[in-house]
Amino acid sequence: MAARVITITSGKGGVGKTTIAANLSVALAMSGHRVVVIDADVGLRNLDMMLGLENRIVYDLVDVIEGRSRLRQALVHDKRLPELFLLPAAQTRDKSAVQPADMVRVCDELREQHDYIMIDSPAGIEQGFRYAIAPADEILIITNPEVAAVRDADRVVGLIEAEEKGPARLIINRINPDMVRRGEMLGIADVIELLAIDLIGTVPEEPDILVSANRGRPLAFSPDGCLAGQAFHNIARRLQGEDVPFLTLREQGMLGRLFSFVRAGGESS
Amino acid sequence: MIVYHLIVGGVGSKGYAYFPLFVPLLFPVSIVGFRNLVTCAIMFGSNAPGRVRVNPEAITIKGIRQGLLVTLAEEDRIGGNWHTDLLALEERLGANPAFFRGGRVALDVGTRELSRSDLEQTRSLLDRHQVELWAVVGTSPTTEAAAQELGLVIDLGPARPAAPEAVPEEAAGEGEEQLAADGLVVRRTLRSGQSLRHPGHVVVVGDVNPGAEVVAGGDIVVWGRVRGVVHAGALGDEKAVICALDLAPTQLRIASRIARSPEDKRRKPVPEMASVQDGHIVAEPWQGR
Repeated sequence: MAARVITITSGKGGVGKTTIAANLSVALAMSGHRVVVIDADVGLRNLDMMLGLENRIVYDLVDVIEGRSRLRQALVHDKRLPELFLLPAAQTRDKSAVQPADMVRVCDELREQHDYIMIDSPAGIEQGFRYAIAPADEILIITNPEVAAVRDADRVVGLIEAEEKGPARLIINRINPDMVRRGEMLGIADVIELLAIDLIGTVPEEPDILVSANRGRPLAFSPDGCLAGQAFHNIARRLQGEDVPFLTLREQGMLGRLFSFVRAGGESS
Repeated sequence: MIVYHLIVGGVGSKGYAYFPLFVPLLFPVSIVGFRNLVTCAIMFGSNAPGRVRVNPEAITIKGIRQGLLVTLAEEDRIGGNWHTDLLALEERLGANPAFFRGGRVALDVGTRELSRSDLEQTRSLLDRHQVELWAVVGTSPTTEAAAQELGLVIDLGPARPAAPEAVPEEAAGEGEEQLAADGLVVRRTLRSGQSLRHPGHVVVVGDVNPGAEVVAGGDIVVWGRVRGVVHAGALGDEKAVICALDLAPTQLRIASRIARSPEDKRRKPVPEMASVQDGHIVAEPWQGR
């Protein structure tokens, strides 16, 4: 079976592209798929750290493109899962080392042996973004519920439409239920109203995400008892075509629901 | 002298109360004027045919899928001098700076035989008006070679432009790049960073998101939300109007006038039409007549 190439991009930096790429790759691999995740952020690689694979890198993407290594040699196997591989970015080069056609070629070579190829795009809309979306069958846009991130996401959606790569699907990351409730953050509905693309998932803001990234063990490895971990697995299942209900109610938090219930009760009496 | 009227409006319960602030933006206007003078002087100097008659009408402007197509008419050639053509072009650009600013232009030079330095001059002229020259089309092989040397596109055909985001997609379906000068219907949402320019009227079936802009020589009708910048009558038509189902733009411009949306958020959007009345941009709820 030929793999699906899924590019994760955002326009704005720091919205959680790499975190989501790592977690979705882990979640897909945990459900038995053969996954390669490609770090396309040449010169600023982070994905290897988040997956805890930094010390096992020998060759990288640019080595493959420039013929210093075969593709198989450059793939780093994540031993915690039987079928999860990382193709790391080069740290000592920059985006100009990769052309869109190179990425298409690399992905075509990987397609035979795998089910999913996730590409973690760099921030921005320049060369790095261009080559990251070149081989994509599907694109996931990551945004945060804040005006700047949504504006940049809108720009990226426009570029993707112009490239005829769409329709892109949306992940809203870092939703803080308390702030949404207080009206201090854009709500999910506001974001969707503006971007007008399909939502494939929402991820609540949780300190555990950061802690697990620092430890090199993505949260998706142990999703039990944490909403964000479940959110990643839900998105992975939706990518596989399953119809998984959204966690929208729970995004309010259990306490919030309780409060609103109490308030509603109070008003009626 | 162009005077921009910056209108800070408040919405009253019975209608619209406007508090106009007159901000004469003398600086950019005088700069343009000055540049015109300088360029003209240089051209006459190098040209020296005495009096040169310039006919800006011989330049036609059309909206194409990659931006604007500027065509220089053959019959306008006076003594076969490219400088004369440049002068006419300069005049055309200077007459409506707001319409061209930030746009991309393809130049159709017809049978003219142009050198690399001719094209370089043209490009720097357009640069001064903040217009990007991306293509030069013509029938002369000399011109084509010179254009290619400068990295310009010489074929407007199906090839994708360098920045395809600034493209009304519907035009692509036409096959031909030329569209009717009077109307353009764009059936999609314009997103941040996208720019739509057309010398005639523009209808957008979709939203104009924040960060997007629509610049039209005629009217603008948006069947959707307007959150970005819309500029109607950009070629100087004060009678142009802007209509939208939900009119809450970052900025509203008609001809040389600029207005902001009222700060307070209306809870329920109503269709509105904006026009210039007594020198101010006024938006009124649409009433079926």
